[in-house]
Amino acid sequence: MTRHLRVDGPNHDDRLDHMAQGVLGQPLNRLEGPLKVTGRATYAAEARPRNMAYGVLVQAEIPAGKVLEIGDAPGALAVIQDKRMIHYAAQGQAEKAPPSGPERVEYMGQAIALVVAETFEAARHAAQNIAIRYAPETVPVIPESVTPELPPKKQSATGDLDQAMRDAAVTVDQVWHTPSQMSAAMEPHAAIAEWDGGHVTVRAGLQMLSSNRKQMADALGIRESKVRLLAPYVGGGFGSKLGINAEAVAAAIAARELNRPVMVAMTRQQVFDLAHRRSETRQRVRLACDANGVLSGIGHDVLVSNLPGSEFSEPVTQATPFTYQAAHRQIVHAVSRIHRGCAGSVRAPGEAVGVTVFECAMDELAEAAGIDPVELRLRNIPDAEPVTDRPFSSHKLAEALRDGAERFGWSARKPSGQRIEGEWFIGMGMAAAVRVNMLVESRARVTLHQDGRAIVETDMTDIGTGTYTILGQLAAEMLGLPADRVEVRLGDTDFPPAAGSGGSFGAASSGNSVYLACEEIRSQIARTMRCDETDLTLHDGMARAGNVSRPLSELIDGQITAEGHLQPGKTEKTHRQATWGSHWAEVAVNRWTGEVRVRRMMGVFACGRVLNEKTARSQCLGGMSFGIGIALTEAMEHDPRDGHVVSRDLAEYHIPCHADVPELEVHFLPERDAYVGPLQAKGLGELGICGAGAAVLNAIHNACGVRVRQLPATPDKIIAGLD
Amino acid sequence: MREFTYLRAASLADLPASATIIAGGTNLLDLMKHEVMAPDALVDITRLDLNRVESEDDGLRIGALVRNSDLAAHPVIRRDYPVLSRALLAGASGQLRNMATTGGNLMQRTRCPYFYDRRMACNKRDPGAGCAAIGGVTRNHAILGASDHCIATYPGDMAVALRALDAVVNIDGPAPRQVPLADFHLLPDDTPEIETVLRPGEIITGVTLPAPVGGQHRYRKVRDRASYAFALVSVAAVVGMEDGRISQAALAFGGVAAKPWRDPEVEAVLAGQEPSDALFAEAAEILLRPAKAWGENQFKIPLLRRSLIATLRDATGMEAKP
Amino acid sequence: MQITLHLNGATHDLDVDARTTLLDALRHHLGLTGTKKGCDHGQCGACTVLIDGRRVNSCLTLACMAEDAQITTIEGLGSPDRLSPLQQQFLDHDGFQCGYCTPGQICSATGMLEEIAAGWPSHASASLEGPFALSHAEIAERMSGNLCRCAAYTHIVAAIRQAAGADDRHEDAA
Repeated sequence: MTRHLRVDGPNHDDRLDHMAQGVLGQPLNRLEGPLKVTGRATYAAEARPRNMAYGVLVQAEIPAGKVLEIGDAPGALAVIQDKRMIHYAAQGQAEKAPPSGPERVEYMGQAIALVVAETFEAARHAAQNIAIRYAPETVPVIPESVTPELPPKKQSATGDLDQAMRDAAVTVDQVWHTPSQMSAAMEPHAAIAEWDGGHVTVRAGLQMLSSNRKQMADALGIRESKVRLLAPYVGGGFGSKLGINAEAVAAAIAARELNRPVMVAMTRQQVFDLAHRRSETRQRVRLACDANGVLSGIGHDVLVSNLPGSEFSEPVTQATPFTYQAAHRQIVHAVSRIHRGCAGSVRAPGEAVGVTVFECAMDELAEAAGIDPVELRLRNIPDAEPVTDRPFSSHKLAEALRDGAERFGWSARKPSGQRIEGEWFIGMGMAAAVRVNMLVESRARVTLHQDGRAIVETDMTDIGTGTYTILGQLAAEMLGLPADRVEVRLGDTDFPPAAGSGGSFGAASSGNSVYLACEEIRSQIARTMRCDETDLTLHDGMARAGNVSRPLSELIDGQITAEGHLQPGKTEKTHRQATWGSHWAEVAVNRWTGEVRVRRMMGVFACGRVLNEKTARSQCLGGMSFGIGIALTEAMEHDPRDGHVVSRDLAEYHIPCHADVPELEVHFLPERDAYVGPLQAKGLGELGICGAGAAVLNAIHNACGVRVRQLPATPDKIIAGLD
Repeated sequence: MREFTYLRAASLADLPASATIIAGGTNLLDLMKHEVMAPDALVDITRLDLNRVESEDDGLRIGALVRNSDLAAHPVIRRDYPVLSRALLAGASGQLRNMATTGGNLMQRTRCPYFYDRRMACNKRDPGAGCAAIGGVTRNHAILGASDHCIATYPGDMAVALRALDAVVNIDGPAPRQVPLADFHLLPDDTPEIETVLRPGEIITGVTLPAPVGGQHRYRKVRDRASYAFALVSVAAVVGMEDGRISQAALAFGGVAAKPWRDPEVEAVLAGQEPSDALFAEAAEILLRPAKAWGENQFKIPLLRRSLIATLRDATGMEAKP
Repeated sequence: MQITLHLNGATHDLDVDARTTLLDALRHHLGLTGTKKGCDHGQCGACTVLIDGRRVNSCLTLACMAEDAQITTIEGLGSPDRLSPLQQQFLDHDGFQCGYCTPGQICSATGMLEEIAAGWPSHASASLEGPFALSHAEIAERMSGNLCRCAAYTHIVAAIRQAAGADDRHEDAA
């Protein structure tokens, strides 16, 4: 039986609050945790089928042009140059494979061949020394060097922003730059492909198996039913594994050709070249307000880039239309077509850099208007979505601001440059956090066995987000079982297709599908108990209705299996759905060297129902640390002549290390959002990053008076503004 | 990585002349994986008896195989040469310091990303090919002593402290010799592929430190993240004070040239003077007179100036004053 | 070439390419995939193992150079039903998310606590003379050779401090 729900209306009944088991929301340890801390969880490259060969990708050494000839590779089993090899990774949720054909080079570092050998060492050496002849072409690689496209659907204007800027008592009109950024998940992309007749099984690092399966089938030119994907453990994604990438397609082609299993693991340098980068952005923000800080105008004018023909463009302004009220508004979204590596989704596409810059602009406006930054934001929270007048599904920004200010000790903040400890200027900064909320179609199967064990199966992934644990808790709660009686099986396209991990929609979408499957099982138990499902209490393997209490083992004949199927519905149109929060940071800035140290950082977040307080907190810690990276350390440098990634390893591309991150503090605001399905839970994986960097940058200004508008705020940018 | 013959040396006499020496391997294997280095033979010297720290005359002799972590924690180094402990602890990571050796660290090659990338022209890797770094991303390149042929820096920390300490490199080979660290690394000129005075068939057996000079020891490293990153600039300082005046100052600088940089004129202007911001500015002015930027690394000029001033203020006790 | 590795208390004879790193020997030849490859260049710490009790990057160690040493990998520290104290604290504090850097973090922390016990200073130490506190700053600096992109750092440091504290109490009792 399948229970289906399209989310067309609100759920005010708080069903999950009335369940008896009491495990949902609890800070339980991760179900798969013992495997991870002992090194027994096996990731993409960690199966060892018999007779496996090793493949290493060969990369283009020109920014654009044609591959005329690929030489031999002594010591190799094969050099694969197949027209099905893809140019770059598929975008998230794409149903087709990306462009293919390795004879055409679109950017430096593109995978143009695969060398396969008996050992990894032999394959690597052969790949490094293969002779290639090209017909290179000259192409633009700098965003400002070309006339950008202005996609009509991405522009919007209401009122007259120019006039509002002229009439306003206080304005801000500044330009910020953010560099290309890399997801840099710790597990490099890898795949092991193996054929059985016409069926291929690919074990890979992937976030969204159901769409990845479509992409893979399309890339290989075979039916979807002939493709099985496995991703039981994924060593981080952050967007980089949303779509299939060159290594997985090449592994499948090679395994077919050699008729044996083939593993292809990218080197870290290849990940920097081949995983989607977050586009660099140029953002002009214009703000106009009256003397009381009430906004009259908001302008957000952005330039991003991508390869010609690539549909994705960083949705920088995604939260701008609804975060603050103003009568006069304008959004300009320009895309330069250049030949750097493909741009795509990196954790919180859009808001990660868009909210960060916008919240820096708000800090500048607060300073210009002489109004406390928290107060400025409180004065501009709209009652409904501006322009469309849609109601918000829930709105917790004001509460997050007030709660955060109190907890962080915001009132102790001093004017800029007035707090000095030895060589260090000390300052405090804050920012709002906001991220759009989405649901995506998702299915799950739940089986309740007579012995009181339940099994959850879905092709959902756990990329560190806690999926195993929260889906187990949900089933345990709904079916009245101790959490350790639920087994969760993920990451296999043989299971019902799920939303996948991306866009912060994974937990709520897959969680609702598990909820629905369990609801169906409860209904069947209720029928046996001769009661309404809503009157049924399940707890520790016992079913209770009125004064009748029976063990599940008596009520189930063998097992009950049900599938849950969730689809987003009208509420995503009728209501503006978002998650909210506030970020707070205290930094020290060295007055001589411009080094910045984050001394304290705190986030207050509202994301609907919290499914596991421990794993939810971890999601936020991760997001906030990404924010530290955006603010202080992360920049992919592109060579100005050929666009290649110069900082293409973890020594040159600085993700925050232990010493960059203080003891972070996270608080959740209790919330139930009625418009996002019966779970009443929203996304959380990305909220923590949205605006976090702005709190750090605003704290830098409060500390030493320097506004860094060219991110990241490395020592060179700081000392340029110091005496 | 190209195939190679792996050999193990049982004694110094045992060393084959043509093999590339491997000890900690932290930089060599890194470069071999990229085939930036591709030796035909590797000789593993980790079993040689070169891992002791011993008193010698008034100073200290440090074996070439002494690991960075052991050296940093050595009680005599901590007590008498703390600038060296500090420099070592500011470098790399706990794991890498457990592997990297004193000799190997002196032989560490540049982090120039164009040197590391075989797609790019590099005179150091391929003499005469040109320098792709010039006109490229130069954020972490040299501002002192560079040439039109190469703008790479020596990236290490340990050697910067050794330079301030007047260390001497002990070399074994057909003709054993001692070379002051000051002369060990070479500026690029038109032969950037020649990085040190070490000749084929020679091996570093250790480093000798002269008698300790006391004073205030500082190692200030400025980098793009709080740890586990190479220096943008660094300053090693050993500063003596007498009667409110600077009696002597030994100052070496990292991240700014193809070798640990030291300028006697900078030290001369400080000697005998009362510490003051004006004096330190004058010293920085002298230090940076020959500085030249190559695009993006322009910031290193003011950053080095500020880092020197801050280090001197700290070492002379000025920073503590209100 | 034929080599012999002493690993987690057992002896293994292997036939490897001289180019094979200890990391690849573990993963490709011995099936011990708990030691992770994150960068292969000593820039992330995911491959950290203990050699003669010291934490090192196995990606920058040739397997043939590790022949005489005692090697301990994450598999040698504990198993899912017998967690080491550090493994238990990582689990309880959620000191990981995706889990890929985790074995390296735990091996590194195991070696790092020995370094503190041996009185080794760090870049974060105000004085080079010990003893050194198990403060956030000390542990964070000493663990900085282990990157975590999920950024479980706050929880990792808490887990290590708790595990070290428990050890202290144990020593007091003994």
